[in-house]
Amino acid sequence: MPISPLRAEAPPMRVGLTPVFLDDQVSFLSRWRAWLEKKLERQVIFVQRGSYREIVELLLSGKLDFAWLCGYPYVRYRRQLKLVAVPLWRGRPLYRSYLIVPADDDQSRSLADLRGKVFAYSDPDSNSGYLYPQYLLTMQGENPSLFFARSFFTWAHRKVVEAVGVGLADGGAVDGYVWETLSETHPRLTAATRIIGRSGDLGYPPFVARADIPEAQLHLFRSALLEMATEPMGMELLESMRLDGFITGRPALYDEIARMAVRVGRL
Amino acid sequence: MIRLADLSLRWKIPLRVMAAVMGTAIAVTTALVAREYDELRQNLEGHARSLGKVLANTLVAPVLHDDVWRAYEILQSARESNPPSPELQANIVLVTDASYRVFVSTTPRKFPIGSSPAELGGAYAELRARISHHSALEQQIIEPSGSSLYFVMSPLVADGVILGHVILGYSKTSFLPRFLGLVGRAMLVTLIVLVVIMPVSWVWARSTGAPLLALAEAMRYVPDRLDETTRLALPDNQDEIGQLGQAFSRMIAELRKKQELEAQMLASERLAAVGRLSAGIAHEINNPLGGMLTAIKTWQRHGNDDALANQTMARLERGLQQIRNTVAALLVETKTQDRPLEPADIEDVLILVEAQAQSRSVTITLAGGLADELPLPATLVRQILLNLLLNAIAAADEQGHVKLEIAASDGMLRLAVCNDGQHIPDEQMTYLFEPFATGRAQGHGLGLWVVYQIVRQLNGGLTVDSEPGCTSFHIEIPYAQGQ
Repeated sequence: MPISPLRAEAPPMRVGLTPVFLDDQVSFLSRWRAWLEKKLERQVIFVQRGSYREIVELLLSGKLDFAWLCGYPYVRYRRQLKLVAVPLWRGRPLYRSYLIVPADDDQSRSLADLRGKVFAYSDPDSNSGYLYPQYLLTMQGENPSLFFARSFFTWAHRKVVEAVGVGLADGGAVDGYVWETLSETHPRLTAATRIIGRSGDLGYPPFVARADIPEAQLHLFRSALLEMATEPMGMELLESMRLDGFITGRPALYDEIARMAVRVGRL
Repeated sequence: MIRLADLSLRWKIPLRVMAAVMGTAIAVTTALVAREYDELRQNLEGHARSLGKVLANTLVAPVLHDDVWRAYEILQSARESNPPSPELQANIVLVTDASYRVFVSTTPRKFPIGSSPAELGGAYAELRARISHHSALEQQIIEPSGSSLYFVMSPLVADGVILGHVILGYSKTSFLPRFLGLVGRAMLVTLIVLVVIMPVSWVWARSTGAPLLALAEAMRYVPDRLDETTRLALPDNQDEIGQLGQAFSRMIAELRKKQELEAQMLASERLAAVGRLSAGIAHEINNPLGGMLTAIKTWQRHGNDDALANQTMARLERGLQQIRNTVAALLVETKTQDRPLEPADIEDVLILVEAQAQSRSVTITLAGGLADELPLPATLVRQILLNLLLNAIAAADEQGHVKLEIAASDGMLRLAVCNDGQHIPDEQMTYLFEPFATGRAQGHGLGLWVVYQIVRQLNGGLTVDSEPGCTSFHIEIPYAQGQ
């Protein structure tokens, strides 16, 4: 991360990012960071790690101030985290999980058809990329760990699309928002896949803060996110992410995820 | 049908040189191409081995951690989408686990995760056999006979345990396009070199053959048309062909000399035969002739007034006398005693022929002369000079010139008589010295015969050169020195 001019009076803000959005666009990240630093009048440090778990751990141990997390780790550590803001996608703070198969597979109609096949998850702490298919299998009376002949994690939604697209996996679970965004920015990737199932509406991956975050900082960061939609530059950044803005959001938004987690015995 | 062996050197040498040049070019090109092929093959193999090793080392962790995606990403990173050297790109990149099942591959549709490549049969079944038989930790290169691919198999080893294998499959013919391109380039270069070398070699080869061709053509003129060989440019340098050319020239010269000698000998033998014949006849004639003349003399001495008889006798005597003269001329006698030749003899002869010369307005010039008397019979030498000069005056053009050269030195008297009249035709030359072989209306045709006989009897030599405008007789007569 490029170092911005230090402001002695204000400690830098450390923000953890996860592949709940397309976090591999370095130039977009630096523009967003620059915008936030201007808005927050302090240095902002984006921290990226290979898995959700590492970001959660950094957050829980106080090494991060904020993080853009999936709804699933949020509900798991709801007591140790504070909800900061929830993005709006297509006007709602909701998204879905997609179940995809390779485009040349015209047989599979549902997850049940993938029995004994190879399945790609995105991250064991992902709601859309792991919890939802686990939940679905559990609801169908299957043992999720025995249903597939093999499964693996790609540690990013985009890579689930790639793995299914090249046929490495016979099916995969992916963040619907990521899939839809990719279908606009990288249509060739998504064209190699076919959606065979969608989850119901689930709470969109939220911005959260560590529990002991000072109220002023929480408020400052939340307002910055909320104000993005009100400024041209912020709108432009939101447009890059295909998002419409942020709302404060309520923890109840994630109750459905929590319910699923309970059903698969992971909460 | 012309056999190759019968082909002229004009073509044979250049064609052989061309063949040698072509052969060399092809051999060099082939050697270069073969070397390149080896290098290409080794490069490919080296590249495959090192790639296999790198992948095997890198993939240990993902395989241990069962991280399929990570392994896939590593395999992908080893592939370039638009490689600069397509032949270095592996066709098959496969990672198998310890039980020879697919862990991951870059072509998941062909090698689905968890499937056994052996089910594809052929080469892949053979690979499994190799894996189970060779538990070696070394890299293996396997070229299954029925497959268009060859494989570099690198074991994934962690702590001495084989976790699986990285299998890289390369097309056996993948470097063919590049190799063919190379062959094409080599051929182009060879062609360009040939285009440059060929004409030069052709010209060299032709010029090498040219002296031989000239020799062969000259050879065709032997032995009948030796004169024509002189207009051919025979080789004259110091190499073998040059030596051959010189030897040939020498041979031609010898042949000519021999032919001339033969002609001379033939002429001399004929003249000798004629001489013997005429001497025999002369003797046979002389005896009765002497008797007849004596009888006539006797008859005349005893007197007789029969006018008719006297007249008849006188006519008989004149006729017999003419026969005697003729016979005497045929029978040149040198045995009679004679006085030595003096310088005055030359003057006498010139005075004797003066009247004849004046009548034809011919100028006679004398070159040289005698300083002292020579021990040669004066009468005979005078006879020679007289005959030759009279002949020359008769042969010279009106108001023409006759030249007499006389020189005596080293025991040799040299006489030369030249006239500027018409030259003696070749066919006449052969019989020139034979008796009664005159080319003219007047004269009995014994002049040159007499000259020849005298010269032969004096052990001298006689040559004639006759060209238009100059006919000259050269005579050499040896004399004893110091007398």
